[in-house]
Amino acid sequence: MAVAATTKTGARLSRAGRRPPTPAWVGTVPFFAYVGVFLLWPTGIVIVDALKNPNGAWTFSNISELGNPLVRGYFIGSFKLALLSSVAGAVFGAILAYAVAAGDPDGTVRRLYIAVSGVLAQFGGVTLAFAFLVLIGPVGLLFHASWYFEFPWGIGLIYAYFQIPLMVLVFLPAIDGLKVQWREASENLGASAWQYWRHVGGPLLMPAFLGATLLLFANALSAFATIQAWENQIAYVVPQQISTALSSEVGLTNVNVADLLALGMVIMVAVVMTGYALLQRRAARWLR
Amino acid sequence: MNALVASAKKEGTLNVIALPPTWANYGAIISAFTAKYDIKVNSANPTGTSQDEVNAVKQENGTAAAPDVLDIGMAVALANTNLFAPYEVSTWSDIPTAQKAANGVWVQDYGGYMAVGYSSKFGTITSLNQLLGPQFKNAVALNGNPTAANAALNGVMMTNLAEGGTPDNIAKGVNFFAKLKAAGNFSPISATGATIKAGTTPVVLNWDYLNLGSYVGVTNWKVFVPSGVALGGYYAQAINKNAPHPAAARLWEEFLYSQAASGGQNLWLEGGARPVEQPTMTTNGTINKTAAAKLPAVTGTPVFLTPTQATDAANYLAANWAKAVG
Repeated sequence: MAVAATTKTGARLSRAGRRPPTPAWVGTVPFFAYVGVFLLWPTGIVIVDALKNPNGAWTFSNISELGNPLVRGYFIGSFKLALLSSVAGAVFGAILAYAVAAGDPDGTVRRLYIAVSGVLAQFGGVTLAFAFLVLIGPVGLLFHASWYFEFPWGIGLIYAYFQIPLMVLVFLPAIDGLKVQWREASENLGASAWQYWRHVGGPLLMPAFLGATLLLFANALSAFATIQAWENQIAYVVPQQISTALSSEVGLTNVNVADLLALGMVIMVAVVMTGYALLQRRAARWLR
Repeated sequence: MNALVASAKKEGTLNVIALPPTWANYGAIISAFTAKYDIKVNSANPTGTSQDEVNAVKQENGTAAAPDVLDIGMAVALANTNLFAPYEVSTWSDIPTAQKAANGVWVQDYGGYMAVGYSSKFGTITSLNQLLGPQFKNAVALNGNPTAANAALNGVMMTNLAEGGTPDNIAKGVNFFAKLKAAGNFSPISATGATIKAGTTPVVLNWDYLNLGSYVGVTNWKVFVPSGVALGGYYAQAINKNAPHPAAARLWEEFLYSQAASGGQNLWLEGGARPVEQPTMTTNGTINKTAAAKLPAVTGTPVFLTPTQATDAANYLAANWAKAVG
């Protein structure tokens, strides 16, 4: 009751100029406070600490670490693995999502796929790596994959296990947006299946497909526990080397180098995001 | 001592960190301590590394959850002495001089020798060169990345000594692992009880007390220390100088260094580790002889890496390990 009264008089008061209207940006405060505390602030700490030495003085010598061929190797490894597992996950996930979307929208199969995908997309870490090791590792129960320990193939396969279901989940809504009528219309005009996908379905889905692939890329880039459980006597990717820099017990710890490696990952994601934005603009040209 | 017990009981709690229950018998040691003094033991992050312990001391400094006592590798102990409180246990004089800080900020507690543990399906192994044979495909594993884990670094150093290298230069050990990799015998996953039970890491280079069938949880498991290569390593105890339970921390140390039949030194020995007071206890007869007889045989002069040798080895590994086995 009190609320209703305020609303009524509030409108009149503000018209009279006695209570200025709430600025529009006030509504965004919770969002920006959240982003500030959980994204910008930590990123700022990483950047500042990457430019300091362990005694807290400013230095640029950490940056020279990026020229070290070993360090470059970790970044190349991270990029290879994220690219392989995101592209493979996106392609297979999209095909699977299309197959699911073609079925009965309220059917058991679809509900089962979504439920299972929701679970498997979260399956990772030690349990997943161990499951693969026992199934297809050097003394696997199913078969002995000789390439199991080859980077990035073995770990790429393991990552696909959670990347494909994730793709199904994020891409299914886009496929659901394709109207049957569009397909019928193009068929009525004499378009072949290839022509339909080349000129209608493909362009419609491309922005969503690229966005989902980027999500998968970032997902693979930041994964740590799974690859650490797969092989941990050699560091292949940046997160593994960050772990060594933070917790080496043989005297190779350097928090500032860890920060620099983290900064390198931030830059890597920024570059990929920019590429994505450019591609997206091109893919969505027909929308404008 | 009675005053210490009284004030420790008043505190009622002890925070320990990075003590796996199966490691050097710590599960039994913690229960024995609680049973004897009625002090609750909070065991945090049991699988953590020595550096994790030090990080926790710094990050949780001043809170009630900060670790009271640490059990850490020597490299980490020597790099962080400013975080520790000096303390001399009542058995101080029974600890060899080389194994304690003169002012008592760290004291070595237990250790062992690098050993090769292996599944008995391979028969009997007597030399490291046998591991290059074709029956060891994907079989030989370390306990972690040698640029991060002390046990793994010493695993490489053991092969280095067996190959004729010196403690000053680990190159021959890295070279041995390159040969293992070329033969397809190197297994890059970290050996754990689970991988050993699953049969995926049937040969493991690790400290002898972590390489016992009883520790890894399999019965068909054998251990050998390469002939003439006695590479030893000891862990050290240290007390957090800002420990939330200072009396309980000191009582814990007294318990660990006690030579009683059910004191810390004999309990470590029952877990396959060699307690630091073992030489004195052998002389004065307080040692558990049955447990001592079960330790793997070691030949040759024991080698302990100096801090410089350990640092040099770590730096060499940082630059060359990934190239050799990647």
